[in-house]
Amino acid sequence: MMAGANRANALRTRFLFWLVLLLSPYSSASGFDLNDQCPPSFALSSDNQCQLRNLYQLYDSLQGQGLGGLKTALPHHRDGFSPQQIDLGRLLFFDPVLSGNKDLSCANCHNPAKGFSDGMARSVGASGQLHPRSAPTLWNSAFLKSLLWDARADNLEQQALGPLFSELEMANTPEQLMANLNQVDAYPELFTQAFPNSEDAMVIANITTALTAFQSSLISLNSPYDRYAHGDSKALNPEQLEGLNVFRSFVARCSQCHTPPLFTNQQVAVIGTPEPEGMPRDIGAQATFGAERLRGGFKVPTLRNIALTAPYMHSGRFATLREATEFYTKGRGHAVPEGEELLLHWHISEPNLTPSELDRLVDFMGALSDESFMPEIPQQVPSGLLH
Amino acid sequence: MNNKIKIVLVIIIFAGGWILGSNNNTAPVITSSMGGASYSGGYQPEAQAAVQAEGAVALRTEQGQIHLVKDGDSIQAAVEAAQPGDTIQVMPGIYSETVYIDKDDIHLLGVIQEGKRATMDGLGKLNDAILYSGNNVVIENFRITKYKGNGIMGQAGNNFEIRNNVIVDTGIYGIFPQLGTNGLVEHNVVSGIEDAAIYIGMSDNIHVAYNEVFDSVAGIEIENSRHAIVEHNNAHNNTGGILAFVTPGLPIKTTEDVIIRNNFVLNNNTPNFGAPGSIVSGIPAGTGILVMAADDVIIEGNIISGNKTAGIIVNDHSFATTITMDVESDPNSDRTMILDNVMLNNGYDTIAEVKAVALTELHTGLVDIVHVGSSEGSCIVNRHRYRAVGIGNYGDCDFTNTDSIDNYLVAGGADRRVIHPSERGEIAYLGVCTGCHSYTGRLIGPSVQVIQAMYAGNPEALVEYINAPVKKRDNFPPMPAQNYLDAETQMAVATYMLALEK
Repeated sequence: MMAGANRANALRTRFLFWLVLLLSPYSSASGFDLNDQCPPSFALSSDNQCQLRNLYQLYDSLQGQGLGGLKTALPHHRDGFSPQQIDLGRLLFFDPVLSGNKDLSCANCHNPAKGFSDGMARSVGASGQLHPRSAPTLWNSAFLKSLLWDARADNLEQQALGPLFSELEMANTPEQLMANLNQVDAYPELFTQAFPNSEDAMVIANITTALTAFQSSLISLNSPYDRYAHGDSKALNPEQLEGLNVFRSFVARCSQCHTPPLFTNQQVAVIGTPEPEGMPRDIGAQATFGAERLRGGFKVPTLRNIALTAPYMHSGRFATLREATEFYTKGRGHAVPEGEELLLHWHISEPNLTPSELDRLVDFMGALSDESFMPEIPQQVPSGLLH
Repeated sequence: MNNKIKIVLVIIIFAGGWILGSNNNTAPVITSSMGGASYSGGYQPEAQAAVQAEGAVALRTEQGQIHLVKDGDSIQAAVEAAQPGDTIQVMPGIYSETVYIDKDDIHLLGVIQEGKRATMDGLGKLNDAILYSGNNVVIENFRITKYKGNGIMGQAGNNFEIRNNVIVDTGIYGIFPQLGTNGLVEHNVVSGIEDAAIYIGMSDNIHVAYNEVFDSVAGIEIENSRHAIVEHNNAHNNTGGILAFVTPGLPIKTTEDVIIRNNFVLNNNTPNFGAPGSIVSGIPAGTGILVMAADDVIIEGNIISGNKTAGIIVNDHSFATTITMDVESDPNSDRTMILDNVMLNNGYDTIAEVKAVALTELHTGLVDIVHVGSSEGSCIVNRHRYRAVGIGNYGDCDFTNTDSIDNYLVAGGADRRVIHPSERGEIAYLGVCTGCHSYTGRLIGPSVQVIQAMYAGNPEALVEYINAPVKKRDNFPPMPAQNYLDAETQMAVATYMLALEK
């Protein structure tokens, strides 16, 4: 009896030993394992890369630029990250350990429940500082060729450095960030899993790569509009359909800059929205390009999931989508203060849209919402700091 | 005038004449445009070398259904009823609606009876008359008036033909295909347009021919587009006749390879009535042909007459103060090629900017051609014919005509992306289905393994289900129908899903 039990115990111990040994690269004492499968919408290649698949890949676009009408390909996108990198990025994204005071994660201002924005006119930094700009959505950022309102980052990696080390945002320093991460037991191993070829895996460059990997997995391309575009003429209700026709008409001209299928042409436009009371004019892209003609210019934002990310415009001046839409019909330059010289975009015109046309535009923009590929929000993060 | 001064003047004139005469003793070199070398650059079709297209839309091998729309009916209702391959015939009458064609291969034809046309009347209230996004769309024989936006607007439709329409006093653009490849715009009469009568925006392989455009701010505009031919049009009494340019700040950055030939460009002196801030609002009245920041533009065989600012203006972005800055946009007009044109009485009442440029070359009086700004590789034939300023660095063209090029249309239509069925299945499965289904375990819908167990070897039944799903499980939400996928994609995704192994 005893001998049998001992043998069984010994076998169990040996089995557990082998199991641990077998799984050791993929499990950790801290209980965090990185997913070895790609998120939805991605195919796992034989060399462990996640590659994006979506129905717009059935189509072409003029000059390969990803701009056009209904059945038009999307712009070039980022992909090719490993499942582990995407998953590490997800954990980092939700981990307040990334901020200087360990109080603020990326998700504070890019909250999945709020369209990866924060529901505020202007975001609030780690120690309560009011940021001059509004947090943009992260949905579909894989397709963007420049980032940030003033288009000053050329890629997501470069972009990530901005908030991490900005005093107005996460207020960290490279040294402090590495010190913070080193205090978390799980991270060194998780970085090794995600970057097996890096000698020193836990470095800033891999942090931004992982954040990029996660952000470029946030795909939203299955809205009612998309079903209409692919061929279901009933996917939009009559109000939304009417809104689509106002949207693409040359009276409202929305689609000239918010061009399908991404609903942005990724250009800088000077449209002259008002700043919040008392805030000086944000010069925007003038600073990026050193060009006076771009004073007050900002990157045209995507309208996908726009209904989820009120308030609107670069400094959140408009509380609702209806107000933001109405801005465009109140007259060219109506909100530009006296003495302010802005070279307004040529499509800022006097469309004289009717109240019902404005309503229909809002209806249509509501048909651009899709959160079916919402990532799993971690219950806890490696630092244990999630509350 | 006293006699002394008269004598001095006579001497000066005599001396001047003698000097000029001595310089002009040799006969100017006249290059004949008959025969001689043809342009060898331009669009080179890849696959179908030597095949020049007849039109932009391939002739139908079989005719679909014909939908007849009578006065009082809705054109849009017919569009909705139509299937790709069908034709909609619209009888004479008044139609006040916006028609949008979001499907492929629809021919929308007005029927003209004893001169009476199907008239689309926007009543000054409606936005656009006809919008299309589908490929292989033909729009013919309409009369369009009083819309606020565009007469006919294309968004990314490829292979289109817009023909024999009369568009009067209609909003911003008369005819405006945008972001499309391979289109023909011909035999239209367009007038009274606040921006461009015919505006080709961000498109490739375009042919604009035999149109009459007048009383508009711009007659014909080729903007941020490549491989376009504008020929045999009559552009008269606009602010500017024919324009080829790059607007900075647009996502497609170039205008290249444009042939403007054998057009009438007459008396384009209408005061500019473009909207403030619009790109065309900066065009001086009296502009015949304008080239701005466009490359490889050939101007040949046009009759350019009576345009008071200049017959041909070539410039770069620095002279347009109202346009934005774009680091990705090359501001110069390179390789402008001016072949033989008949130019009469242009620049008779020109603007200060042109006068200033002319004065630097001690040129006064009429101006046929003015080039301002830097330019590389430009050339001209028979330069001695023209009253020209700013073309000192133009070389002599090594060709005299474009006779070898009929058009830049794509024979057989723009290529469609070819997707293998297996790839199609993966794209649809990952792009759509994985939002609700994973291989193992429940997400929003049942697992793929459960589905495989139900439909093993029977993708047809799975296709049937996804077309019209019925609620099967109490504790699952109903599945939305996937009937927007075409039949090929549905079968591909069903087959793919049933074969999945992980």
